[in-house]
Amino acid sequence: MKRPRRRGDAAMASRRVTRKWEMFAGRNRFWCDGRLMTAPHPGVFLLTLALICGTCGLHFAFDCPFLAARVSPAVPAAGAALCALTLAALLRTALSDPGIIPRAAPAEAAALEAAEAGRPPPRAREVLVRGRPVKLKYCFTCKMFRPPRASHCSLCDNCVDRFDHHCPWVGNCVGKRNYRYFYTFVVSLSFLAVFVFACAVTHVALLARGAGLGPALRATPASAIVAAVCFLSVWSVLGLAGFHTYLASTDQTTNEDIKGSFSTRRGVSNPNPYSRGNACANCWHVLCGPLAPSLIDRRGVFTIDDKDELPPSFARALSAAPPAAPSPPAAPPAAPPLGGSYSNLFESGSPVRHAYMNRSLELEPVSSQPMALAGPLQAGPLQAGSLQGGGAPGGLSASRLRLLHDTTMIDAALDLDEPEPPPHLPRGPLAPVHLAGPRALAAL
Amino acid sequence: MMANNRIPSGPNTPGSQQTPTQQGIKIFIQRDYSEGTAVKFQTRFPPELEDRIDRQTFEYTMERLNEHFEMAETADCSTYCEGLMDTVILWKVLFPILFIYISDINLPFLFLSQHLRKVSKFIATQNERVYNPRGIHITDPILRGLRVIEITVIDVPNCQSPTGNSNNQMRHT
Repeated sequence: MKRPRRRGDAAMASRRVTRKWEMFAGRNRFWCDGRLMTAPHPGVFLLTLALICGTCGLHFAFDCPFLAARVSPAVPAAGAALCALTLAALLRTALSDPGIIPRAAPAEAAALEAAEAGRPPPRAREVLVRGRPVKLKYCFTCKMFRPPRASHCSLCDNCVDRFDHHCPWVGNCVGKRNYRYFYTFVVSLSFLAVFVFACAVTHVALLARGAGLGPALRATPASAIVAAVCFLSVWSVLGLAGFHTYLASTDQTTNEDIKGSFSTRRGVSNPNPYSRGNACANCWHVLCGPLAPSLIDRRGVFTIDDKDELPPSFARALSAAPPAAPSPPAAPPAAPPLGGSYSNLFESGSPVRHAYMNRSLELEPVSSQPMALAGPLQAGPLQAGSLQGGGAPGGLSASRLRLLHDTTMIDAALDLDEPEPPPHLPRGPLAPVHLAGPRALAAL
Repeated sequence: MMANNRIPSGPNTPGSQQTPTQQGIKIFIQRDYSEGTAVKFQTRFPPELEDRIDRQTFEYTMERLNEHFEMAETADCSTYCEGLMDTVILWKVLFPILFIYISDINLPFLFLSQHLRKVSKFIATQNERVYNPRGIHITDPILRGLRVIEITVIDVPNCQSPTGNSNNQMRHT
């Protein structure tokens, strides 16, 4: 007898597929089944949202009815349009992909390492961009040479194309794909702040004309609060809007401006090779050019192997053929490089192959060692098979992998402009891992 | 058949590098940044493919790919209008924010997306007609973040000779 179909069945069936966002290597948070993404700590973004909504709410509740009656009904209409544009631009900036560059696939990383006979690749490589030498820095986390103008965000743990800055106020990186929305947000917010401040001052002034300033402030304290908030914030917002107008007109990023990438040094001019010659063309290109596609395919179906991208005849041939042995390196590395493999966490055993977005993990059976839990609960010995059958291919579920990543601090964010390459982790038995917090307990 | 794997730090970077893996030999065609950050790949013929496909066929594929990317990033009146409206009115934004699940729909006026779909279709056609019969598979560069073009080479039985009917096949694309 067939079970009656329930409303949630289709949703449950669709959830059985592992999406790429669930296995994403960076620290970003994803919402609405991967459709939206933010930085790992969106708290300040929520504060920004609350400040804008709260200030506008007070403005619409107290100033607008008075000004609509005494001045013009266009006042609340203009305020609503500005507020809607500001919030839309803020949400778009905060919830979209800033231009994250996916990490190198295992084969690509291996090709770079093989090129240097087992040693890490050179820290930088020079290319000519419009006849000017530009350094492409090697990112040890993403295992690739960053494209020009890209930089690694240590907070999000991603390389971002045309990286401008990580903005805590919008709770996201600002880069190639969301700079135009960030600029729209900053400019519209500065107009909104000036407009709301002017409305609040006008409201108080019209009331004070008959009764004096004291009674007017007592009659509408909300207007005083709104005016104070706007007055304090408008200077920084206007300054930011002006600064980004200058950056857009010169086709620079905040990162490049702070580093002085195109400034005159020792009397030698260093012009911007990316500039289009005049301010108007630069603004048009930066703010109104074709929008680049998202490269991380966060809603795509996660596959365990590169073979899934190949045609069936290739996959059959590869599964039948023995793996090609790479040429032996001239000198074996002293220790496994950081970021590519988790094998140093486990004792020897048959490795379980697992792909973690763009990283290759060699996961081996866990030894029976105690795992100390902070708090009232104490766990017994962790059995060798206890991490198996977690739901994800290869035995480890996405949540367990994330837990492993968080608690051991492997692949910690490295801003790779630092002078030294990352230290190698010692190979040895699994040390007791201390877990804290409800998330850790829930994951176990 | 190992090629020169060194990646020099000078401006004349080689167009490809390769590594043997479980999935056969993988060759990576690097980006060409000589004209800026626009998407363009180096067209130098990798020596690893010499006994599998003729130089003209490969260079034709790479040049056509670069043409597609150049067209995708060419800014004309329509793209500027789209970008301007996208920036100021945020017409592609309000719907996904208010009705989040609409955001999966590919809106027809996404200029760059149209061209990237053409790129994917072109690569699929070239693979099917020209490269796969010779034991070569070109991975769509969008799957590698438009950073490299990954070419997988395997030993396929009854592999066609490099001087086969590739010109006829090319004419169909």
